[in-house]
Amino acid sequence: MRTLSVAVAVASRTLRTVFTNPSLLLPSLIFPLFFFTAFAGGLSRVQDVPGFDFPPGYTAFQFVFVLLQSAAFGGVFTGFGIARDFESGFARRLLLAAPNRTGIVLGYAIAALARWLVTAALLTVVALVAGMQVGGGPVDLFGLYGLGVILNIAAILWAAGVAMRLRTMQAGPLMQMPVFLALFFAPVYVPLSLLQGWIHTVASVNPLTRVLEAGRSLLAGSPTEVFVAFAVAFALAAAFWLWAARGLRSAERAG
Amino acid sequence: MSRVFGDQVLLLARRSVLRTARQPANVAFPLVFPLLLLAVNSGGLNAATRLPGFPTDSFVAFALAIPFIQGALFATMNAGTDLARDIQTGFLNRLALTPMRGVALLAGQLGGVLTLGVIQALVYLGVGLAVGVRPESGPLGILVLLAFAILVSVGFGALGAFAALRTGSGEAVQGLFPLFFVFLFLSSMNMPRNLIEIDWFRFVATANPVSYLIECVRSLIITGWDGEALALGFGIAAAITVVALTLASVSLSSRMTRS
Repeated sequence: MRTLSVAVAVASRTLRTVFTNPSLLLPSLIFPLFFFTAFAGGLSRVQDVPGFDFPPGYTAFQFVFVLLQSAAFGGVFTGFGIARDFESGFARRLLLAAPNRTGIVLGYAIAALARWLVTAALLTVVALVAGMQVGGGPVDLFGLYGLGVILNIAAILWAAGVAMRLRTMQAGPLMQMPVFLALFFAPVYVPLSLLQGWIHTVASVNPLTRVLEAGRSLLAGSPTEVFVAFAVAFALAAAFWLWAARGLRSAERAG
Repeated sequence: MSRVFGDQVLLLARRSVLRTARQPANVAFPLVFPLLLLAVNSGGLNAATRLPGFPTDSFVAFALAIPFIQGALFATMNAGTDLARDIQTGFLNRLALTPMRGVALLAGQLGGVLTLGVIQALVYLGVGLAVGVRPESGPLGILVLLAFAILVSVGFGALGAFAALRTGSGEAVQGLFPLFFVFLFLSSMNMPRNLIEIDWFRFVATANPVSYLIECVRSLIITGWDGEALALGFGIAAAITVVALTLASVSLSSRMTRS
């Protein structure tokens, strides 16, 4: 109960900060829309490449990537807020005041999720208005957004672990860059089968490839490897939970 | 140019270069990030070279133009942020009390940007050659490419300086980054304009000056000597440079008068 009350307090403060500050809110809303526009609009001819087979079309193909990317970056952006809280001294006072400190991490995770749900809703509306074809039914779509939720939680836990260890805004690139690389070393523009050379090798072992390809299959209404994708996403979230918990201990030791 | 003026420019250019060199993140990020994006895009979009009408069978060669322009955008941010810091810390005010001419400050600042621009261009070119890209325009084309990189660096550096002088805020200069990013992504960076299928996107890419900067570099690498692409690229880069330098000079005059 104490964990939950701390989590709710931290989440509502974080959300209030984000939703009342346009400079924090707008980038996380605008960047996914921008990537969606640039990729789906500028690269739509890629669907004519021999061997490209995604019946709902290139807009839907890119929508899944951008949706999952926004989930991951929604977590990372919230991690920036944790680092800012440490720099300003607020997080230290929070550590003193909270009866259960695990609730702090949980609160940031709830805030990251709520923040992403707004972005996901906006992105979905824009994609549908842009004519995106959806082949999957409600259960498939629930699976797609479920993958996004788990990815969002994994990303905030990763970012929280970094922020609580380094406790400075300068840790921003360290939170962002590995996530950026992991996302872009997946089959972003074409399916895995059309990648060649080193990028195919890297994408084949990249765990996010499974998540991305399963997400696309769900949107197309022909689910493949969904169980593997959920297992990978849960494994990432569990590993980063440990990472964040140890980060919290590190912050506690630093006082 | 008098000797005193030359000395002033050299001193400030040296300061600008040293200051950049002392912040490894300011050197490494503009070098590494564009190369990373090149690796990701050229790997991921190599299949696009199989589209009928695609101008080359190597996406690395096609995309090698992007780091040149992206690197210049980073240089803009660095130059502008450094100058804004000079304003915020009062360095510009102290400089206004000396016989230092305002133009020397601008020239010195841009000298630093230009140096970084040349280093970036050489690195990008070296990476391109290392992965097997052979510019169709030959050795002379490489020299033209370097000259273009210098012009673009100075032009974008002057834009950064203008933003810094106008606002006096490093954060405001940094705030321009997403705007430049939009210009880059809504251009012909990943697909030739004639192969862009969506009408509105092709229209935006055609109206976007960044498309012509990229196509100028790209023509030297994958086409050879394309007079139209070169004229458009150099013309637009020169226009950006002249306009940005004029705006920066005017802003500098009023900034130093106010000081």
